[in-house]
Amino acid sequence: MSLFGDALSWITDGAHWGGPTGIDHRIVQHLLVTFAAVALAALLALPLGVLIGHTGRGRLVVVALAGAVRAVPTLGLLTLLGLALGIGIEAPLLALVALAFPSLLAGAYAGVEAADRGAVDAARAVGMSEWQLVTRVEIPLGADVILGGIRAATLQVVATATLAAYISDTGLGRYLFSGLKSRQYDEMLAGALLVAGLALVLDLALATLQRASRPTTGKVPS
Amino acid sequence: MGIEFRDVGKTYPDGTVAVTGFSCTVPSHRTLALVGTSGSGKTTLMRMVNRMVEPTTGTVLIDERDVQGLDKVELRRSIGYVPQAGGLLPHRRVVDNVATVPVLTGTPKRAAREAALALLELVGLDPALGRRYPTQLSGGQQQRVAVARALAAEPNILLMDEPFGAVDPIVRRGLQDQLLQLQAELGKTIVLVTHDVDEAFRLGDEVVILRTGGIVAQTGTPKEIMAAPADAFVRDFIGSDRAERSLRTVEVDGLSLVVDGDGRPVGVLE
Repeated sequence: MSLFGDALSWITDGAHWGGPTGIDHRIVQHLLVTFAAVALAALLALPLGVLIGHTGRGRLVVVALAGAVRAVPTLGLLTLLGLALGIGIEAPLLALVALAFPSLLAGAYAGVEAADRGAVDAARAVGMSEWQLVTRVEIPLGADVILGGIRAATLQVVATATLAAYISDTGLGRYLFSGLKSRQYDEMLAGALLVAGLALVLDLALATLQRASRPTTGKVPS
Repeated sequence: MGIEFRDVGKTYPDGTVAVTGFSCTVPSHRTLALVGTSGSGKTTLMRMVNRMVEPTTGTVLIDERDVQGLDKVELRRSIGYVPQAGGLLPHRRVVDNVATVPVLTGTPKRAAREAALALLELVGLDPALGRRYPTQLSGGQQQRVAVARALAAEPNILLMDEPFGAVDPIVRRGLQDQLLQLQAELGKTIVLVTHDVDEAFRLGDEVVILRTGGIVAQTGTPKEIMAAPADAFVRDFIGSDRAERSLRTVEVDGLSLVVDGDGRPVGVLE
């Protein structure tokens, strides 16, 4: 049988489901790590991005910083953090937060910045406060791009969350690392397939959400 | 009463001088037209009234009160604003665009919408258009919506920034007629910015012609300016020497025809 077939039968083998090392459990772990990392990064990146997009200030500094963060290799950062924080989920979580940050930030400021300047100026001139401008004009008009950033960040994180298993017993990455070590290539490939499948499902869900968030303007999207 | 510009100036941080030492009073219920080429500071002056621009020197007063002492947001809500090219919110229906300010100031949505539909009718639009989004309207219709939005909070003052600049001449003429008719009914205090001297003469009770840097070339009623242009700049700006400005009459079949400098007929003398 081919390796691919072996991997599929590994996944469908009932013995690999259920329990603390089962596929279902690891999928849930993997998703939790992904959501936690994206949510933690979003907590800081989205307000910061909206602020930059709204005021047009600090753009150069923050964009340069985000670019620098983007250039940091996640595995290297993970090793470094692991040495500092020890075995456990903290180090991989932090590394994934750093990974998600630039995409979220870029999406937030680009979305807010792209809101029709004429409409924003007029809204300010008729008496919207800065807060109302942000929440009622800029974010609704930029929601599509902001969600695009969240989508990109989630996709990167869900794939890279595999590395969490490097220094903790968490997520689908476990199958890759243990399969590699014990030369169980069916298990390894099964892990990779599961991660890829999860990424596809998440991306599809977020793409649907992104489409739904596009503001209704009566214009046929070009 | 009305609006008073008292020796105002605006110099931007990069050193660009937009306006210097401008003084002018707009009496209540009258229309002031600020006219000039681009870079003459006319929009800057108008935006000082609702504090979209803060003067670096001098003061702007509304009914004797310095606008600097008023809350920006409150002030802007109390003044109607018609921007260049609509400036409507693309993600909101026309009726909700018109109701923007009343909703911000706490009018219940339903009441604000009903009032908005009545305003659409007032500016000559079919209230059925209220359900549409701004992009589904023509440029002229969008400008009418912008005027309706400006009137929604029942302001005493209207600021209009080249409100009819982005539409074709025939539509522009219709919008100007509509504004004159509205003004005869409502009697707002209007500051209108335009680069079109004919529009300024048509809509303004008082006209200020500005040179580059916000320096006043001449202030007066349209008649005064037409009859006695202050200098060569004003003569040139209002086109005193253009053929369509030098009219004379000729007798044809017992009628007095008015013809322009090129001899083309423009009308019949009554």
